[in-house]
Amino acid sequence: MKIHKYDTVIVGAGGAGMRAAIEATKRSRTAVLTKLYPTRSHTGAAQGGMAAALANVEEDNWEWHTFDTVKGGDYLVDQDAAEILAKEAIDAVLDLEKMGLPFNRTPDGTIDQRRFGGHSRNHGEAPVRRSCYAADRTGHMILQTLYQNCVKEGVEFFNEFYVLDQLITEVDGVKTSAGVVAYELATGEIHVFQAKSVIYASGGTGKFFKVTSNAHTLTGDGQAACYRRGLPLEDMEFFQFHPTGIWRMGILLTEGARGEGGILRNKDGERFMEKYAPVMKDLASRDVVSRSIYTEIREGRGCGPEGDHVYLDLTHLPPEQLDAKLPDITEFARTYLGIEPYTDPIPIQPTAHYAMGGIPTNVEGEVLADNTTVVPGLYAAGEVACVSVHGANRLGTNSLLDINVFGKRSGIAAAEYAAKHDYVELPENPAELVETQVKNLLSSTGTERVAVIRKELQETMDANVMVFRTEQTIKTAVEKIAELRERYKNVSVQDKGKRFNTDLLEAIELGNLLDLAEVMAVSALARKESRGGHYREDYPNRDDVNFMRHTMAYREVADGGKDSIRLDYKPVVQTRYQPMERKY
Amino acid sequence: MATPTLEKAEAGFADSPYITVTFRIRRFNPEISDEATWQDFQVEIDPKERVLDGLHKIKWELDGSLTFRRSCAHGICGSDAMRINGKNRLACKTLIKDLNPEKPITVEAIKGLTVLKDLVVDMDPFFQAYRDVMPFLVTKGNEPTRERLQSAEDRERFDDTTKCILCAACTSSCPVFWNDGQYFGPAAIVNAHRFIFDSRDEAGEQRLEILNDKDGVWRCRTTFNCTDACPRGIEVTKAIQEVKRALITRRF
Repeated sequence: MKIHKYDTVIVGAGGAGMRAAIEATKRSRTAVLTKLYPTRSHTGAAQGGMAAALANVEEDNWEWHTFDTVKGGDYLVDQDAAEILAKEAIDAVLDLEKMGLPFNRTPDGTIDQRRFGGHSRNHGEAPVRRSCYAADRTGHMILQTLYQNCVKEGVEFFNEFYVLDQLITEVDGVKTSAGVVAYELATGEIHVFQAKSVIYASGGTGKFFKVTSNAHTLTGDGQAACYRRGLPLEDMEFFQFHPTGIWRMGILLTEGARGEGGILRNKDGERFMEKYAPVMKDLASRDVVSRSIYTEIREGRGCGPEGDHVYLDLTHLPPEQLDAKLPDITEFARTYLGIEPYTDPIPIQPTAHYAMGGIPTNVEGEVLADNTTVVPGLYAAGEVACVSVHGANRLGTNSLLDINVFGKRSGIAAAEYAAKHDYVELPENPAELVETQVKNLLSSTGTERVAVIRKELQETMDANVMVFRTEQTIKTAVEKIAELRERYKNVSVQDKGKRFNTDLLEAIELGNLLDLAEVMAVSALARKESRGGHYREDYPNRDDVNFMRHTMAYREVADGGKDSIRLDYKPVVQTRYQPMERKY
Repeated sequence: MATPTLEKAEAGFADSPYITVTFRIRRFNPEISDEATWQDFQVEIDPKERVLDGLHKIKWELDGSLTFRRSCAHGICGSDAMRINGKNRLACKTLIKDLNPEKPITVEAIKGLTVLKDLVVDMDPFFQAYRDVMPFLVTKGNEPTRERLQSAEDRERFDDTTKCILCAACTSSCPVFWNDGQYFGPAAIVNAHRFIFDSRDEAGEQRLEILNDKDGVWRCRTTFNCTDACPRGIEVTKAIQEVKRALITRRF
């Protein structure tokens, strides 16, 4: 075991982590621990753009953006946070441009903007051009630009280091962050990083679904590390299903395709979104569009021999426009489906895309130990966190914004905290939990296989807690997950070595997915209403009287060592917008 | 009623039956042996699936010790460049049906970088060459309040080289790089090009001097391996030629 000491440790090197690192490195001795090489993060898969009311191409302002974000989140958004997001969006985009990001340009040479789902002029009057973009590879450009600037700033990276445990020491009765424990993939060595402040920026957890746009590596490691140490997870029942994933594969086809004029059609060629969202049509918010697609499928208007998908039609758009604005997604259709989008519609289905919930933070990125108490020295930003700016449903282009605004904020806040505070003493045997976990998995002779359990988990999640949920389906999932968690104790790995043991890491990642899937299902079961991405067929309406509140899930461990989930609730911050019925 | 799911997704596409494919993989694990060996695996797979799906089937069902990097699985993250049937490609962008699955599909680590285990190579020299070309925007003077202006034409000038995902498929396909790891390699030059031809940047001269080095662009023998290998379709050799021309004319 090796011990390292840094002022600030950042976990994850995607958009949020690197944006934080650029700030933290200027202000404190900073290490970035990342399980992938920095440019491998899934920020790079984001396509359509980053919202900011620059008003470069038409009238717009940050207040409209705030409203759209609150409404898009079905009023579960904390409005103080949404206001910060929308206000700071403008500088966040300009910062990136100054760092070198090659945005598409208007004829005047300013940053070009395009339409995106749920973003409107004057509180829902009509779609507005608010998304700043670089073709359909905006996430790629953000990731590359941030990495380039990390190189410029001399950010210190520990590549292929998996953070598996969060260290917490009680100081005067207050849970305080002491550092993290990481596993080095190349050598199998365990490292303890003592740090004055720690920022989690480790991304989402979509890999507990089967049809997902998420990378194989999005396994909720940061959420799980905090949750296991008794910290809460907020709003985990809210997961976004992006309307346009490639049929059966789940690969993302950007909403920007509809922003450029693409149309969703059923087997009769009907533009069905006109029925469900008369004003915004194909650009209604993602939860609305995904439910509409599945309604079409369930009512027998799906396409193909099995009637199990619909079409994204781009054939009426000029090929030059597709080449200039949507080059990557048209290539995906050619590569993976053998389809020419100039002439043929693309089969799509909703794909598990984004966790609105995560580690609760305030607007400075400080992690909460309960509804009000912060964990000194602990921060989170990006998809791993829940500020909450996305509420019950995130608007497209608000996640690339989130990582930049709250990545920057948490990077500054963490470094400033580190400048003012001393190291907290490490717990006794700080690496014990990880050492035991690794040793047990390597020595296990159990008969369960990681791939089998993971597949069963993904199947039950797709079948039971996806776009449509009922008490019965969620209960089925809860029972199945409990069974799988039990079987997981009997899992073994074939690779017993120390060198690049990805077999071992996949087993650990599966443990994280199982814990988080359980939190998600249990949180969903208790929310007896429909709101944003959480749709209960047995409770089809939003219930502001009983459920205008955030879910806070805690892990409790009984004396015998058996763990369970305790649910609590946190009020939603409402400032200027009163809840209204949500229509598009 | 639950969300309709795709029962037959397991069988891939309904109209395409599984076939048996042999994967012939170059295995190396210094914890076990100093020698690399070829190992064959038989896999039932839909021809429309990716080579990466085949590798996953092997790892998940046959041999958990098979080691490779991967993440996004659709050609964006750049983790899974490997040598498939003798050609550098991303395993997640290569479909079985495009490889003549009648014959064994050979899979080995990319060349020119030290193999650490199976298909995993040491990427550090590759990233070091990238860092050496100053891959970031350099500007002088006061920053504007708003964005810097750039015409659509100026933006288009370096569009091709912004697509790079740093997968190393190009660099590790280059015979000059195989013979001499000191050569910057195509990927680093591509990323220098991305800034040299960006109208906002003011460090083009410095980058050109770096690439004028004995290990710089002049080592390129224009074999076009890099262009063939690039999974993003970047015209890598052309970009290198443009850098060479800029060195001669000092116009960019």
